[in-house]
Amino acid sequence: MARDMSDKEILKMELEQLKKEVNTPRTPVSANCADTITFVEGMLPNDPLIKGVPDDKNPYKGDKGGCIIT
Amino acid sequence: ELNYIHWKLQAGKCGLCSSVKACLSACGMACQGLQKGETLASLKRECDNLKKKLEEERGKLNDVELHQVAEKTEVLGALSVKTRRVLKGHGNKVLCMDWCKDRRRLVSSSQDGKVIVWDAFTLNKEHGITLPCTWVMACAYAPSGCAVACGGLDNKCSVVPLSLDKTENLAAKKKSVAMHTNYVSGCTFTNSDMQLLTCSGDGTCALWDVESGQLLQSFHGHTADVLSLDLAPSETGNTFVSGGCDKKANVWDMRSGQNIQSFESHESDINCVKYYPSGDAFASASDDATCRFYDLRADREVAVYQKDSIIFGASTVDFSLSGRLLFAGYNDYTINAWDVLKGTRVSVLFGHENRISRVRVSPDGTALCSASWDNTLRIWA
Repeated sequence: MARDMSDKEILKMELEQLKKEVNTPRTPVSANCADTITFVEGMLPNDPLIKGVPDDKNPYKGDKGGCIIT
Repeated sequence: ELNYIHWKLQAGKCGLCSSVKACLSACGMACQGLQKGETLASLKRECDNLKKKLEEERGKLNDVELHQVAEKTEVLGALSVKTRRVLKGHGNKVLCMDWCKDRRRLVSSSQDGKVIVWDAFTLNKEHGITLPCTWVMACAYAPSGCAVACGGLDNKCSVVPLSLDKTENLAAKKKSVAMHTNYVSGCTFTNSDMQLLTCSGDGTCALWDVESGQLLQSFHGHTADVLSLDLAPSETGNTFVSGGCDKKANVWDMRSGQNIQSFESHESDINCVKYYPSGDAFASASDDATCRFYDLRADREVAVYQKDSIIFGASTVDFSLSGRLLFAGYNDYTINAWDVLKGTRVSVLFGHENRISRVRVSPDGTALCSASWDNTLRIWA
């Protein structure tokens, strides 16, 4: 745990991690953002919080829903 | 240089050898085995240089910002989302909640030591579990719907099987699974009821076998309390993201325990992290009053959701089904709905009378549930 480590041990740990991360494979932001947008546009028509759901199909609209009385 | 000299005393601990004695000779003797020239100052310099290099490497591929790529995307209309249910029953702050896969049940946990399972359609309280400790900071529904996990100030995370028999005392069947050395801040089942992933104030995350309580993997790398974690969507493989008081968000490989990527752009504690539905990105909420969006393939932050008028910390985030909206709960009692692509705020949801501790969109995307320090939960749809 970091609490039990000295500042030196923590810095060494950070250094090891940074050395690894500098070499992480990366792709351009523009390409990835374009992908994200394509993903969203594909799913948007079915997003109930954005497109809305007709009252009769939405269990939360209208009255408190059915209660089963036994 | 400062080789064998006591660097600085932090909370009674020597910075070079973590000896608790503050005297020079004790430190000098303990440090005999350390490499000459490898001083704290030189290590710090190396770290700072690498951080600069990392920023440069990430910067090379930062050719554009998300909202610029999204300029041609259609603007969203106003949201017609309102409070549809108010769930009353907790006697104190509601700290956490989680939806069941059946999209209608949810579990919530509170400072009052109680865990409640609700039917969100009917407001019926199906189960109530009283735990021996207060501040149940984390709770999660099992994928099967047959159990819940909960934990907090007791430093543990326990699993409670849900019984169909209403007269049964569920607390008696509680089984301790995770043991940390500080509070448990978050928990989630993996893709089955058999494994539990937890994060803690002790600075670690851990993967546990529910049946045996065995520690399967531990994740070290954060240098302060870990406040939140989220599992990648199942199709994208075995990773999870965590965030904490060291202002870092780390992405981990569950099998090897390795920290694959880490991001440090927030200016204060990260209170919550959540994967994007596609698994290629994640969002974070912080005490610095901003939420941020990180693309994992570009390995950088690609959007910041902030406004001058928002000065209170953001405690929780979740995405709508399509990933177009980011709901964020704040300490000023409001929930803001952000357009993830354009970076603008679409709507503000008012209603709670105290801080928002958690927001979660239901599994089919039809509703948002919010939990608050005002002792209630709300369903918005």
